[in-house]
Amino acid sequence: MKILVAIKRVIDPDARIRLNADSSGVEEESVEYKVNPFCENAIEEALVLQGAHGGEVVLVTVGPEDVTQTIRSGLAMGADRAIRIEGVDTELDSDLVARILHKVVERESPNVILLGKQAVDGDNNQVGQLLAQYMGASQACFASEVVLEGEQAKVTREVDGGLETISIPLPAVITADLRLNEPRYASLPGIMKAKRKPIDVLTLDELGVTDTALKIEVLSLELPPERQAGSMVESVDDLLDKLKNEARVL
Amino acid sequence: MDAMTLDDIIGWKPLLTDEERTIRDSVKRWVTDRYMPRITDDFEQGIFARELIGEIAELGVLGANLEGYGCAGASHVAYGLACYELEAGDSGLRSFVSVQTSLAMFSIWRYGTEEQKQRWLPEMAAGRAIGCFGLTEPMHGSDPGGMTTRAVRDGDDWLITGNKMWITNAEFADLAIVWAKTGEDAASIRGFIVEKGMPGYEAHNIPGKMSMRASATGSLVMDQVRVPDANRLPEAKGLGGPLRCLTNARYSVGFGVLGAARFCLDQAVAYTQERTQFGVPLARKQLIQQKLADMGARIVHGCVLGVHYGRLKELDALHHVQVSLFKRDACQTALDAARDARAVLGANGITTEYHVIRHALNLESTYTYEGTHEIHTLALGRALTGESAF
Ligand SMILES: Cc1cc2nc3c(=O)[nH]c(=O)nc-3n(C[C@H](O)[C@H](O)[C@H](O)COP(=O)(O)OP(=O)(O)OC[C@H]3O[C@@H](n4cnc5c(N)ncnc54)[C@H](O)[C@@H]3O)c2cc1C
Repeated sequence: MKILVAIKRVIDPDARIRLNADSSGVEEESVEYKVNPFCENAIEEALVLQGAHGGEVVLVTVGPEDVTQTIRSGLAMGADRAIRIEGVDTELDSDLVARILHKVVERESPNVILLGKQAVDGDNNQVGQLLAQYMGASQACFASEVVLEGEQAKVTREVDGGLETISIPLPAVITADLRLNEPRYASLPGIMKAKRKPIDVLTLDELGVTDTALKIEVLSLELPPERQAGSMVESVDDLLDKLKNEARVL
Repeated sequence: MDAMTLDDIIGWKPLLTDEERTIRDSVKRWVTDRYMPRITDDFEQGIFARELIGEIAELGVLGANLEGYGCAGASHVAYGLACYELEAGDSGLRSFVSVQTSLAMFSIWRYGTEEQKQRWLPEMAAGRAIGCFGLTEPMHGSDPGGMTTRAVRDGDDWLITGNKMWITNAEFADLAIVWAKTGEDAASIRGFIVEKGMPGYEAHNIPGKMSMRASATGSLVMDQVRVPDANRLPEAKGLGGPLRCLTNARYSVGFGVLGAARFCLDQAVAYTQERTQFGVPLARKQLIQQKLADMGARIVHGCVLGVHYGRLKELDALHHVQVSLFKRDACQTALDAARDARAVLGANGITTEYHVIRHALNLESTYTYEGTHEIHTLALGRALTGESAF
């Protein structure tokens, strides 16, 4: 069983961010990066499946040299090795990432490809679906349970208003939802071992991705409006009055 | 202007290795998710979270900066940062880890035989065997050389008799590193691994603590406990044995308490930004800012010193006087920060809900244990003058 997990780093979701001068992106200086939370669910699931079925867990990400720390924290959780594809965030969109991953899948021939359902920065929720399309493989997105049975994956999906359980043939693309599992904490020995695990670095050329045109252009970004300060009400009547007449929720 | 984080002002991020940053993040996350939800109850009930020992061991912090024998072999700075995050949770949690790692495991790692290391260290790293460190006695605290616990040779064994007091983890420890005199003077002090279940050995909890309530502090009562010579730590001779262990542990105390101080500062900043009096947030008042600035500045000094001394420790070039300075000033900084945060939170500051009073109470213990503030002042004074004023 070989499991490929595509991971992405995101700006620490708890940190406050600033826009750059022309509002085309986020100020990258002095921001902290973390593994996208849904990607952590994907790594965790890969490790659980590996525990049950054996085999290898390979991480892949697209990014510049300094994503290495993000990769190492995935390796620290227990993945065996990693592949980094040289790339710059601003020169990527979901479609290009999916095409890059498709090439990686062709090289590695994994049985299962796990991804987070979306990255919490762009919230695009597209790469898994596009990748399955390029591979011509089955997909099961928003997984909350994954069971491998021979050449099939039985996946429970979180859909609006309930759960859907489907069975799809391997190799397949599965994207992780939050309730799939609780990602483990990277242990100190795990973190120390991760230092010595191999990370292969490939350029888009080496991978055979020649068409690097983007299909999406970001025109501008805007921060949400500042939160207004709250106010104290004197009595329950006051509160009801404000809910009725100011907030208009009653 | 946008607020800066304390981390930015300390400026340690670019100086840390990837592993050190990742270790800190992982411990911080564990403390936030797994420990914070229960600490208030634990503190109120006066219990240490023994159910979590397995998880703490899985994180790999037990024996973190020791090499081999199932230990992580992380850098001293990484271990310091782990302590920093553990103590942002509670001083009792960090004390558990410090005693296990820097006192009990370190004693065996540094002074033990190969058999002792093989037998105990992997079990202790895995949290299956818990250790305590028995130096202090009811009548001998700052002056451990005056101890009266005696080990008397009897054939291939030793008979140990005496009482140890204020011993962290005593109540549930599987092994106690007990320091005892084998003759009249301090030079005759030796260390022994005394195991739970040996006849004549008892451990009791000390009730009535208003500090370190989420840590188990107890006493050891030993009446002619028969301990084989194979349980003696052969490389430890004289008072220097336990003192070197303490120097090792004080480093983790210094880093730890700064984490508690950081937590208190964060609480105070957040509170004063929200709390309005006289029509404006308290954070806009100069007297409030003065307190916050003083706290912040001293925490920054402490953290910078911690990383500096941690790097010296990695070169095996850290002097015990430097550790005395670090432990002393970090504990004072933390105690002052917790008390100031308590004041800044007004009445809310006295409730367990806001945590700062819990830290303030705990930090009374860290001021005293591992060498009191005064004793470290004397160590520094002696170093500067060459005159002993103990
Ligand atoms: C929560 C907690 C956990 C502990 N855990 C452990 C443990 O695991 N193992 C262990 O062995 N011990 C432990 N201790 C004991 C601790 O190390 C001692 O309390 C400490 O060494 C001080 O000893 P004492 O309490 O007997 O105070 P004393 O030595 O009696 O000191 C009383 C006061 O006199 C001052 N003083 C002493 N000598 C001088 C001097 N020469 N000049 C000026 N002032 C002086 C002290 O600074 C202090 O203010 C723990 C203590 C606490 C509170």
